Amino acid sequence: MEMILYIASGALLAAGSFLVLVGTIGMLRLPDFFTRLHAAGITDTLGAELLLIGMMLQAGFSLITVKLILISLFIFFTSPTATHAVANAARTMGLKPALVPDEDIETTSVRRGSAK
Amino acid sequence: MVHIVGLGASLFGFWLLMSGHFGPLLISLGVASVVLVLYIAHRMDLYDRETFPVHLKGWIFGYWGWLAKEIFKANIDVAKIVLAPSLPISPRMVRVKATQKTDLGMVIFANSITLTPGTVAVDIEGDEIIVHALSQELADGVLNGDMDGRVTALEER
Repeated sequence: MEMILYIASGALLAAGSFLVLVGTIGMLRLPDFFTRLHAAGITDTLGAELLLIGMMLQAGFSLITVKLILISLFIFFTSPTATHAVANAARTMGLKPALVPDEDIETTSVRRGSAK
Repeated sequence: MVHIVGLGASLFGFWLLMSGHFGPLLISLGVASVVLVLYIAHRMDLYDRETFPVHLKGWIFGYWGWLAKEIFKANIDVAKIVLAPSLPISPRMVRVKATQKTDLGMVIFANSITLTPGTVAVDIEGDEIIVHALSQELADGVLNGDMDGRVTALEER
């Protein structure tokens, strides 16, 4: 049983590390700010969560596991909020997303009238 | 009232879990901090459905399960795109209709979009969310309205 847990947690930690690496590669390969946000998304969703679940298996039923669960919940709430904040700031400053078709830019341009 | 008691109980539970010590000194320090926080929150007039959404109850966990599955699938899609030698991206900016009635529902929907890799909610204008997507398929995943419907259903229960 001990052995199975050990292997499972190792596999999860390896998978999580791999996804963090993929996110980093994406940051380097993708062309502009908005597309890079998506690569960062891999790192702080599945990458971080798999690493945390791997650590929970190592910690077993203890207070440490409860804290790890709370950390994963906080990441779950804060990371999209932070991503939205930077994306929204970029849009407000008028940063044009690269490679997006022209009609998309037209239909999604800021409509002052309809904003709440 | 239910908000004050609920917030106080969850804050105290949080304190216990974080400290892991159950001696009288630390417990009373914990109670004192909780009371102080409750007093400050009261002064700031923060007790309402939004700061402590008791009305969402257990339904949210079912939604989280579904969302976790979507996040998993989207992660694999984006990882494939990133690792493919040709880097097959076709970014889109689209307007997505949000049918939620409350601000909290809109926030849950927008955050769910952002949490799913490959789509980021960039702005909210009226009842539309502006979404940047890494590829056409990922944009379609938001445009088909599945997630929107689930969040709206969550709101109504």
